[in-house]
Amino acid sequence: MNKIANRAMMCEVLKEAASQDRDVIVLCSDSRGSASLASFAEAYPEQFVEVGIAEQDLVSIAAGLASCGKKAFAVSPASFISTRSYEQCKVDCAYSNTNVKLVGISGGVSYGALGMTHHSAQDIAAMSAIPGMRVYLPSDRHQTRKLFEALLQDKQTAYIRLGRNPVEDVYEEGSVPFEMDKATVLSEGTDVLLVACGEMVKPSRDAAELLNGQGISAGVLDMYCVKPLDREGLLKAANGKKLVITVEEHAPFGGLGSMVAQVISANDPKRVINLALPDAPVITGTSQEVFDYYGLNAAGIADTVKKALEG
Amino acid sequence: MNALALKAYDLRRDVLDIIVNGGGGHIGGDMSSMEIMLALYSRMNVDPSRPDDPDRDRFVLSKGHCVETLYAVLADKGFLDIGEVKARFSRFGSEYIGHPHNTLPGIEMNSGSLGHGLSVCVGMALAGKMDKRNYRVYTLMGDGELAEGSIWEALMAAGHYKLDNLCAVVDRNHLQISGNTEDVMGHHDLHARFAAFDWHVIDVADGNDVDQLNAAFDEAEQTRGQPTIIIANTVKGKGSTLMENKASWHHHLPNAEEYAAIRKELLERKEALLHE
Repeated sequence: MNKIANRAMMCEVLKEAASQDRDVIVLCSDSRGSASLASFAEAYPEQFVEVGIAEQDLVSIAAGLASCGKKAFAVSPASFISTRSYEQCKVDCAYSNTNVKLVGISGGVSYGALGMTHHSAQDIAAMSAIPGMRVYLPSDRHQTRKLFEALLQDKQTAYIRLGRNPVEDVYEEGSVPFEMDKATVLSEGTDVLLVACGEMVKPSRDAAELLNGQGISAGVLDMYCVKPLDREGLLKAANGKKLVITVEEHAPFGGLGSMVAQVISANDPKRVINLALPDAPVITGTSQEVFDYYGLNAAGIADTVKKALEG
Repeated sequence: MNALALKAYDLRRDVLDIIVNGGGGHIGGDMSSMEIMLALYSRMNVDPSRPDDPDRDRFVLSKGHCVETLYAVLADKGFLDIGEVKARFSRFGSEYIGHPHNTLPGIEMNSGSLGHGLSVCVGMALAGKMDKRNYRVYTLMGDGELAEGSIWEALMAAGHYKLDNLCAVVDRNHLQISGNTEDVMGHHDLHARFAAFDWHVIDVADGNDVDQLNAAFDEAEQTRGQPTIIIANTVKGKGSTLMENKASWHHHLPNAEEYAAIRKELLERKEALLHE
């Protein structure tokens, strides 16, 4: 089991970038520890800005820095940066067209038993609704590296959600297929297509293996780029399939499932089932317990597919 | 007589035209903040031929609804064409919308939602310090706007980081859309409040007096180790007895009769200044 969380990989990439480029700036809101960025702050104190527990200020200050040519990475728990600072993300980052990368750490239900205040199950919907805002949920540490390396090269704002805990590798170090804003095909399949993002990619791939063992051929698409959604990749992967299943660590409205269903229904109508968290505060537990309870694990996903194909 | 004081009345007539031609605008605050923006732009290092100069001074209009005055001042500085602004403000498809937009030359950031400008300016000032550039960063806020919590986050940060390249101005006209600021949400002793956040605070008795404003901006420039905030006591609707100190003129659209009366009084006041 991999022990390196995606947030720790982000820190590695940002430290490498900061060593070469004085314009790479990281901002935190008393969140350097939870963001795994304490070592960045220590190594590059001149390129680190602490704003205290003030997430609105965090995002606007980042925008001001970016308007002066800085590559600003504002890092704060996903629940706060995506909703408490929502207007600052909309106005100061997207509308004003500043190069601010908004990183939501401990996303989804990472904080487990801490409850709904600390869960970000609305962030995909909220951020995707902002014109000019891109939304990325990398699936493992290797893809996180590729994504941050790509984001360092562009000048547009984006929201990136990372989980808190180390997740099992989806890709192998040294051979990570990655193209910016293109979904990654993990397996082809002929009967059903599983589309997932973030931490739901690994259980989706495991579900596909379970299904393949039972005579159901499942393709898996890692849609780390929720916005801009890779429409072309999605339609190509969905072509000929009987069923499309989306899997996400998000509320059932306005997330990956909604966006995939929009594209499928308009271009290649077929049944789309959206697996997500409920429209309610989630049950208390660790994130894995929460996933298991709501069927967001390999067995649950496989079970949904079998029932749908039988029905 | 300071030439800027006279120009303020010329530009007020531009603002009146912009609003009447466009069918709406925030005339009360436009008129109270005229001398502040004019005095600022007369001293700021900005040049329409070099809009991206990294050493330029920055201004963010946090009270973005007073964009009509910003348009008039930017046109006076050569960034915009005042005829174009008057003809196209708020019209279908126009680039001259009712709040600042940074696709227009001379405008740094989009604003309009209150309580953003100071935080953005903290970022700009931090960038200046990091890059060891000598530019200055200015923002103008309304007094009603000060109820936004994000402003106090920014006040804290600017004081903490001792951003002496940052200067904020409060257009203290004592009125907001619902009435007197002290009735809507009282500020009490603003000077003490800002000072408590580690800012150098300057009270300008008449914030519609260009000489008093210039003295305050000079003092801000000389201040080291602290950001400066200028409380400019202004008159909402300044320039016409019809509008002055009346909350109902926050965004009242003058009718033809009111337009003529305001225009006449603006000309008369300029004449009176000339003979002072």
